[in-house]
Formats: sequence, C-alpha cells, structure tokens
Amino acid sequence: MNDLKQLLAAGLQDIEAAQTVQSLDDVRVQYLGQKGSVTVQLKQLGQLEPAERKTAGAAINQVKQQLFTALQERKTALMAAELNQKLMAEAVDVTAPGRQSGQGGVHPVTRTMQRIIDLFSQVGFDVVTGPEIEDDFHNFEALNFPAHHPARAMHDTFYFADGHLLRTHTSPVQIRAMKTMQPPIKIIAPGKVYRSDSDQTHTPMFHQVEGLVIGENVTFASLKGVLNQFVNAFFEDDLQIRLRPSYFPFTEPSAEVDVEWKKDDGSIDWLEVLGCGMVHPNVLRSGGIDPEKYTGFAFGLGVERFAMLRYGVQDLRNFFENDMAFLRQFQELSNEIQ
Amino acid sequence: MKFSEQWLKEWVDYSQSTAAVMEQLTMLGLEVDGVESAAGDFSGVVVAEIAACEKHPDADKLKVCEVNAGDETLQIVCGAPNARVGLKTALSKIGAVLPGDFKIKKSKLRGVESHGMLCSEVELGISQESDGIIEFEPDAPVGQDVRTYLNADDQIIDIDLTPNRADCFCMRGIAREVATLNQLTVQEPVIAAVAASHDEIMPVEIQAGAACPVYGSRVIKGIDNSQSTPQWMKEKLRRSGIRAIHPVVDVTNYVMLELGQPMHAFDRDVIDGKIVVRMANDNEAMQLLDESEAKLTPEFLVIADQSKALAVAGVMGGLDSGVTSQTKDIVLESAFFDPATIMGKSRKLGVHTESGLRFERGVDWDLQALALERATALITEICGGEVGPVHLTKETAQLPASQTIDLSSEQLAKVLGFEVPDDQVTAIFTSLGLETSFAGGQWQVKTPSWRFDLAISEDLIEEVVRVVGYDQMPSHRLHSTDAIGIIPEKLRSLQDLKLQLSGLAYQEVINYSFVSEKSLSDIKLDTHAFPLANPLSKEMAVMRTHLLPGVLANIKANLARQEQCLAFFELGKVFSCDDEIEQTDMLLLAKTGDRKPEQWGFGGEKVDFYDIKGDVEQLLRQVPAKVSFEVSDVEHLHPGRQAAVLLGGQLVGHVGQVHPGVCQRMKIKQDVYVASLQVEPIQQRQLPAWEAVSKYPHMRRDLSLVLPDDITWAAVDSAVRESLNDDVHLLHKLCLFDVYKGENIETGYKSLAMAMIFQEKNRTLEDKEVDKLVSKAVSFLAEQLKADIRS
Repeated sequence: MNDLKQLLAAGLQDIEAAQTVQSLDDVRVQYLGQKGSVTVQLKQLGQLEPAERKTAGAAINQVKQQLFTALQERKTALMAAELNQKLMAEAVDVTAPGRQSGQGGVHPVTRTMQRIIDLFSQVGFDVVTGPEIEDDFHNFEALNFPAHHPARAMHDTFYFADGHLLRTHTSPVQIRAMKTMQPPIKIIAPGKVYRSDSDQTHTPMFHQVEGLVIGENVTFASLKGVLNQFVNAFFEDDLQIRLRPSYFPFTEPSAEVDVEWKKDDGSIDWLEVLGCGMVHPNVLRSGGIDPEKYTGFAFGLGVERFAMLRYGVQDLRNFFENDMAFLRQFQELSNEIQ
Repeated sequence: MKFSEQWLKEWVDYSQSTAAVMEQLTMLGLEVDGVESAAGDFSGVVVAEIAACEKHPDADKLKVCEVNAGDETLQIVCGAPNARVGLKTALSKIGAVLPGDFKIKKSKLRGVESHGMLCSEVELGISQESDGIIEFEPDAPVGQDVRTYLNADDQIIDIDLTPNRADCFCMRGIAREVATLNQLTVQEPVIAAVAASHDEIMPVEIQAGAACPVYGSRVIKGIDNSQSTPQWMKEKLRRSGIRAIHPVVDVTNYVMLELGQPMHAFDRDVIDGKIVVRMANDNEAMQLLDESEAKLTPEFLVIADQSKALAVAGVMGGLDSGVTSQTKDIVLESAFFDPATIMGKSRKLGVHTESGLRFERGVDWDLQALALERATALITEICGGEVGPVHLTKETAQLPASQTIDLSSEQLAKVLGFEVPDDQVTAIFTSLGLETSFAGGQWQVKTPSWRFDLAISEDLIEEVVRVVGYDQMPSHRLHSTDAIGIIPEKLRSLQDLKLQLSGLAYQEVINYSFVSEKSLSDIKLDTHAFPLANPLSKEMAVMRTHLLPGVLANIKANLARQEQCLAFFELGKVFSCDDEIEQTDMLLLAKTGDRKPEQWGFGGEKVDFYDIKGDVEQLLRQVPAKVSFEVSDVEHLHPGRQAAVLLGGQLVGHVGQVHPGVCQRMKIKQDVYVASLQVEPIQQRQLPAWEAVSKYPHMRRDLSLVLPDDITWAAVDSAVRESLNDDVHLLHKLCLFDVYKGENIETGYKSLAMAMIFQEKNRTLEDKEVDKLVSKAVSFLAEQLKADIRS
C-alpha cells in the first residue's frame, strides 16, 4: 500500500511538472500506458489472493482515476496556456489609430435648416420651395409693398435689367403656396435669399425659413404659442421670447421676436431672431384666399442667426468661406483623423 | 429719431424711470436703439465771463485771462483760439471734476498760475469735436452751474422708427404714445396766432395740386439778423442731432422736431414775382443746399418762382434761395406734399434729409397753419420782424381722405385669439386721437390727419394689441391637423442625398450664387450668365451657370491651408436666361489629393477618375433608369478623362478630371476630379420589389484577355452579353477585376481579367453547359474585338 501511495504522489508530481502537452503525454504513458506503472500493478492483481484482490484492485483503480483526472486538468490548462501564448504572439497595438476612409459632413446651414424642418414637420408643416430669381409681383406687390414705398428700400434688392430680382425673403413662397393650395395651409419654405449688403454682420446671400399657417382658427395668440414652442424646442431650453410691435407690409399686426439670451457674464440680452405677424388681408386676397373666412399667420427666420446662437459661431462670414477647419467642426465625427 | 428726454417730459409728465420708458417705447413699436447722457459726468463747472485776455509772456499760443466767475475773479491760462474779452464760457474751478474723473487743480503754465480751466464741449462730454472753448449766449448768467444752465441732467433717446410710423417723427407724436400707454394727458404748448402787422403776402400759384394739396406761407419783414438762437433751443436741437445754423433755420427745425412739420424759409428778395409749385422740367438742374447739383425730371416736384426752381419739394432747398446772415425779409413755407410724389426722390438725388424722411412717409395734413403760427412766434421772439398774414392755399379734394374704419369685437377676438374689454379698446382709440364711437359690438373709428398707416380693421387691431401689450397676450397651441401626410418614397429627399455623400466622405460647401464673369471664362464655362443690374462688385456680378467656380475656389483656398485630402459637394441652383429664366438644382462633387486621410498602412495614393466615377455610381444605385457613361467632350474637362452620365439614355451630367489648363489658370497645382449632375433626375428612386432568391450555387469562370488598347470595357461587356444570346439571363454578374499594361503585353494592347458568374434560379447549372457558354463568349470576343484569350 505504501508503494501505491508513493506511486500516486510521484505521478501527481510528474503531471504537475509537465510543461507541454507532449511531455504530459509522456507522463500519461509512463503511468497509465500499456506498460505504465499503474497498468503493471493492475496486471499483477491476479497473483494475489482472491480476498486481497478486491481491495487492492479498488485501491489501484482509485489511483488510476486520480491520475487520469489530474492528467485531464493539466492538459486543459496546458492547452489554454499554449493557445494563449500563440495568440499573444499575434497581439496588435490597440492604441494605434483604426483604418478610416474619411468623413464628410453637411454644411452647418444645412444642419440647422434640417433641424428647423424636422421640428415643424412633427406638427404637420409641409415643406415647399420657390424660385430664387423672382418677379416684382411675388417679392413685393402681392405682399402689399406699394411701388416706391420706403419699406422696399429696407430690402436692398439685387435687380436684373429686365425687372426680375433676387428674392429678398422667402415670403414670395407664401403667394405661390396660397395660389396652389386650399386652406387649411400649414407650410414652411426654406431657402436662399439675397440682399445687396455686405459687412461684418451681413452677407449678400443668406438662408431663411418662412412659415405660413392659414385656417379658420389661426390667431395672433396661436402664433405666439407656436413660436414659443419652436424656440424652446430648437434650443432645448426653456427660453423666454418677447414679441414687440413692428412693421412689415404683408402682416398686420406685425411683430419682431426677441429671445432672452444669457450672456457669458450672466446678464440677459434680448436678441432679435425673427419677424412675424398675421397675414395682411391684401396678401390673402393676392393669394386667392377669402380674408372674411380665413385668418393666417406667417413668420420668417434667419437660419444663420439660429446656427450662430445654437453653435456659438461668432462671425457670420465663416458660413460662406468654406474653410475645412471651420466645416470640420460640424462633421458627425468630432475625433476625426487628420 | 433722437430726442431729449427732458423735452418729452415737458409734453407728458410721467414718473417712470428712463429705463422703464425706453422699455415702454420699444414695446409700443418705437424701438429704442440707444440712450446716452446729454453731457458727460462733470461737476464744479460754472458760467464765467472773460473780463481780460492778454498774451502769455512766454508762450505764443497761450493767453492769460481774467475770468469773472460770479463770486470771484480768477486768473486762467487758456490755449483756445476763441478766448476773447466778453465771451461767456464754461469755467472748471479748482476742485471741479470733469468726465473721466479728471480733477482740476491749481497749476502753473510756463510760469503763470492758472486757477482753473476754460472748457470746450468735448471736455464736458457734450460733443465729439470742438475747435475752442464753449461759447455761451451773451445773456448766460455768470456764476450759474453749467449743468443747470445747459439742463445737462438729461438723456438722449434714439428710437428706430418703422416706415409706417411717420407720426412719431416729432415730440407731439411720441408724447401721444407715452400718454396713451400710461393713461396720462399730453400737455400741448400754447400756440397762439400771431397777429399780422402788415398785409403783404407772397403770391402762390399751384400748378401741381395733386402733389401739393396744401401750401402755407407767411412773409416776415425786417428781422434782426444779428440775433442768435437761444441756448435752450440750440441744446434741444443738438440733442436731436441737428446743428444750430441760423435762428430762422433753427426755428424751422425746432418746429419740425416739435410738431412734425418740415418747414423751409426763403430769402424773400431772391424770389422772382411769385412762388410756383410745379413738376420739374426735363433736365432741369439746380444746386441744392449741400452744394450738390440736382438733375431733375418731371417726376420731381419743385418750389419755383417765375424764372427758376428754388427748392426740390420735400427733399432739400436750393443753395441760392435760403436765408443767410444778410437776410432781412423771409418767406416761411409750411406745406403738405403727397407722400407718393416724394417717395424715393431723396434716394434718387443721393441726399438724406430730415424733411425728406418725413414727407415721404406722410406729414399731418392739417398741421400747416399751426406750424406757421408756432414758427412765427418763435422767430419774432428771437429776431423781431414785421409779420404778414398766413397765406394758405388748400385743395381739400386732393387731401388724403380721413377714413372711417369699422371693427367688431368679434373680429378683434377672432384675430387675436383672446378678448380685450370693450371700454379698454374705446379708451385706447380715444387716447391715440382717433374719433371713436361704439355701438352694438362695433367700433366706428375716424382716422386722424397724422396717421397714414390706418386703413383697415386689422390696422386697428394692431393699435389695440400693441397698447394692451404683446407681452400681455396669451400663448396658445395651434390645432394640429390629424391627417398623416404622404412622404413620397420614390423621391429621395435632398437631405438623403446629402447624408449619403457625407458618408462617402464629401463635405458640403455653400457658395454665393453670383460669381465673376472671369471665373466662368477661366473655367471655359458658359459665359452667357444672367448679369445683376446692381452687383456689389465685379466678383459677384453674374448668376452662376455652373457650381464649379465656387467649388474650385474652395479647393484652392483649402489647399493653401495645407489640406491634403479634399472632397467637396455643393447642391444649389444654377441660372441661365437664354429665352426664359431657368433655375435648375445641380449637384457638384469634387475630389483632389490623397484618396484617404493620411494614416498608417495607407500609401498615399492620389484620387483618380475611377474614384469619382465610383462615387457617382454609388449615388445612382437607387435610380430606376439604366445608368451609363459615354465618352464626352466638354471643354472644361480633360479630353481623355471625361464621360457623360446618362440615365435611361438622357444626359444628366458629366464626370471627369478638370482640364489641367483650367487648373493652371486657377493656380491649382494638382489634379481635380469632378462630377456635375442634375438633381431632379437623380432624386428618383426605385421601390424595392421582391423576387425569388435562387437557392442554387453560382458558377464562376475567370478569363484573361489581351485586347487592343482602344477597346473599352463597355464594348467587352456588351460583346459578352451579345454572345450569350437567349442565355444571357444566366449571366448573373460580369466583373472586371484586373487591367494590366506593360511587361509581357505588346505595346498598344492591354490585358483584362474578368469573372463571369453564372446562376440559374431553379436548378444547379452543370459544368458542361457553363463551359459551353464561356466558349461562346470567348470565340465572339476573338472574332469581334480581336481578343486573345490567355486562360
């Protein structure tokens, strides 16, 4: 029995000492193989007395089983270690940059315009567009601007020799929409507009989004409500807005809208962000809509103005210089490779 | 319009702070642009008289003055050129503090003691420039604090008036608004008629009655032209941004600011016979007060005499007919000109005047006589003179009619969305000077002579809501339509195109729609561009006919900023005007430099034709029509590297390398690849349509051919398909996977490697039949295209 104990101890020690799957197999052969020391002991059982044979056999088998289990465990461990070693040899520098095929992006004006469109689309505003070269009728006359009126002078219009002009606002789309649609009308009209003015705070081309709602219960108070909701949604902040009386020939009553803006020093500024009002009855008539039956409101906002406030852009002219260093700031990836 | 707050308080006695009233004005629609102090922050400055004035013994430019400060006489050294005996001026005594916390101390200038300082307007923060010490009126009380004398504790308020509110271009109008909002009373100055002391009038002949419905005039003889304008009037004018010139002119300006009536004064001796109000003759010329030469046409109204034009009505007086320091007898003019006649005339002459501003927006047409009385009283008070009778020519029929406007409380609530109590509405109208009656839920309002902006009930609604306060108005929700709108799936949105291009690594740019003519000709593009009549500059003179000039300029600018891998797109309109104006949405892609951003494992390959063509192919994958590319010959692209892009045989654009000559002219030193596409056709999208997916494997055969160099891939592709005849449906895909020229291939030839992939929907193809198909193709290619099969 002492022999058997020594055999088990030696076997377990050899198994533990094996460093490769191959040497482990040698250990297996040495103990459990055809001529292995445990196998030899089993073969010698026949020489014992039948009474001893049973207990000795059980003891040997137990040793065999213990060695077998130890071999299995050691083998699994050695294989895992070997695989791991092989994989570690394949290690890469995970901190080196990944492979990229480059990233583009939309212009910040497009991004802002789309955000405005998405917000209004949620509540059923349809998107419509119109031409950029317009006639006097749609840009002024139908919008209730009398000829030579000082309000026209405020528009700094680009003209063509044949009397056409570059639209000074997106409002002509109101007329085009009214002529082709029946109330209830609920549209927004995004697009480029032009004014012959160029300095630090004016570019000769910029973008507006026009809104027009015509129906039976469209009121000045609902205009205020819509603009309030829009401003809060656009800036994702509960900002106060302020309507104050103003003048546009195509709306009556008219209002400028200011947004309450917190400055860096903590003080509050009212920033003018859009113009709006109740559609003037003459304009409804120009569009073929009965002002006795319907009322409407309209608003027009400057996209660049909203982009500047939203993203903190300081200089309006950046938008049209198309410098990659500026545009890259609006790409979807903020950590692009250079 | 700028005005003194103290002056406003003379008209309406409010108790609110300046800030509160500014807020009120803004919220009434008279937007306050700014406010500034009428004078700088100073103290210890008194009115003083120079009693003696000697040259400084040791300095040429300095004077030593004895100055009477009321309670004492002080020696002051002064360098002002206008320091002289008898002048009343501002003295900062020792201990005085001037703007900027500048303390006056006793000092010595070149050895002579000075016990204070004589001050200029700049030093007191009253004006931006001055050429000497301040000059007060001879009657200025010596010893009085200058702040009191100048009424300096005042604010100058600047309001920005919208074109509809001509009535607020005067104190009377602004006072009316403030009084209405605060339920106060306007305190009108007492304007009594000045009795005539002689009966001389200037005869007036109105030839243009429609343009000049009211012409009032008055002769004042024998004015004392040595008198000067009183300090209080000068100060009010100054605070409204008007310089004092001459007592008569100053009074006309004062009355304009006070009541809103622009006036003019002629030197009576210059007028030949009578005043004639007529339209100008063609090419009639006259010199204006600002010494500019006005070239007139018959659309201008002029005030003339029997021989010449004296003034351009409603714009500016003539240089030769105005009052001067020599004038003894004057003719005062107070007229109402038709706004439509005056509109735009100042702009045409390139002048900007206070009277032009008011006349073109509309002056109170019932004000002329009152203004004449007011001006007469003020002029005679200052300069004396003998007053003639008021001579008023009025054609009532030509006056704007006073309108009667109805407004129902029902309509008021319908437009506003909330109710305003009836008696509040009535009170608002009345306070604004509108004659109002209310019965049966309906107001009847008569518009006053000073309001040109009230014509329809909506105008009255605005009056109500702006006095109630836009900030008092509730915010309501808009009722949403329940209908679900259609989003057409067969039409890709512009945003969808833009996002795909962003994913393809293109950055969107937005350029101005106008370009220089040269930028188009440099690029060999259509130069028949629509020119602006009034461009800002030569660089922005014509409407773009192509998107290329803008994007190439962007590439050039960004290359100069060391960008190495550029891909831009722009989506916008281009314009042409051959027969009619066309405005077409176009898309331009442009790529240059490295194929990818610089990174490890990337060899820095440059983009080439097939990069941009591949991007176009990807962009057009969803289009239902067949996409094809054909050799083309547009001038701005490389003659050997360009193709027309066709959709179902229709030309929609071009793809290619920008002609190296163009790049050279634009000083771009590398190859640029571009694609230009019409937007509308490429927005079309095919709806996905299900078809049975084949479960059977496909069979692949690779072929390598040697061909003459000029045989295109398109020719090979169609030859293969043609060779298969009725079995062409078995060709699942034909894929070009290598093109080789060089070693082992004879010059003038190229080697193409392609894979033919076959598949049948309902069974597995057999090797034999596939081999048969391939050999059919091979012999056809050999026969038709002289192709030599290598494997």
